[in-house]
Amino acid sequence: MLEITFKRQNRILTVYLKGELDHHAVLKVKETIDLQLVKSPVALLILDMSAVTFMDSSGVGLIVGRYNKMKSLGGSMKIANPGLNILKVLKMSGLSRLMEIS
Amino acid sequence: MQPINRMKIEFESKSVNESFARIVAAAFASQLDPTLEELADLKTAVSEAVTNAIIHGYEQKEGTIYMECILYEDSITVIIEDHGVGIEDIEKARIPAFTSKPELERAGMGFAIMESFMDSLDIESQKGAGTKITMTKKFKKR
Ligand SMILES: Nc1ncnc2c1ncn2[C@@H]1O[C@H](COP(=O)(O)OP(=O)(O)OP(=O)(O)O)[C@@H](O)[C@H]1O
Ligand SMILES: [Mg+2]
Repeated sequence: MLEITFKRQNRILTVYLKGELDHHAVLKVKETIDLQLVKSPVALLILDMSAVTFMDSSGVGLIVGRYNKMKSLGGSMKIANPGLNILKVLKMSGLSRLMEIS
Repeated sequence: MQPINRMKIEFESKSVNESFARIVAAAFASQLDPTLEELADLKTAVSEAVTNAIIHGYEQKEGTIYMECILYEDSITVIIEDHGVGIEDIEKARIPAFTSKPELERAGMGFAIMESFMDSLDIESQKGAGTKITMTKKFKKR
């Protein structure tokens, strides 16, 4: 099970994910984030992955999708605190060249 | 090389079984005392192959997925099979970032991840008959 919580600060939306980010889990995350993006304007989307214990290419697709959406809205996106195994998937997929990972 | 242990399971093509399959494969591999990183790599590769069977092979409809794990002294071979639509052009499918389902926000990274996280990857497929993925991971001696 994947838990999603978020925090809004001015135009910064931080999404905290907890659990395993696979194909089974991505649909709910996508819907939750996209709903937040239409509720009120977001200039920066931060995906906090400190509590994500597993991620495969389904997570990569989700991140690229949200990145493209933020770009089309004139905003940007960052990834925060991925664990070592998550970072390995992010790097091998080229996401570290697309956005800031800290 | 002689196998030292083997198991085979079948399960329905449902996305909740993605975590089931990778946990089962990792639990079986644990007999060889792999590192946490090696186990994480194995789980990711299994998840990719099972997710492909569900999304592409059976196109998110009904079907049965077969997973066989064979243990050797210092490696595991995992075979994941579906009797779904099959792959028309395997060479094209293997190209990183190629996906036939961009509308589903797929990154086209599944095979690239399997290839880099395992030591070997073999894809057998026939259009209309199904797909069989065979991959092996070696565990370092500790
Ligand atoms: N089991 C399968 N049955 C039928 N086609 C498959 C199967 N596995 C892969 N394919 C085909 O190979 C392509 C590449 O697979 P790959 O896993 O690399 O990318 P993807 O699944 O499209 O995206 P991602 O894995 O990043 O979510 C798929 O888009 C699909 O066309
Ligand atoms: Mg895939």
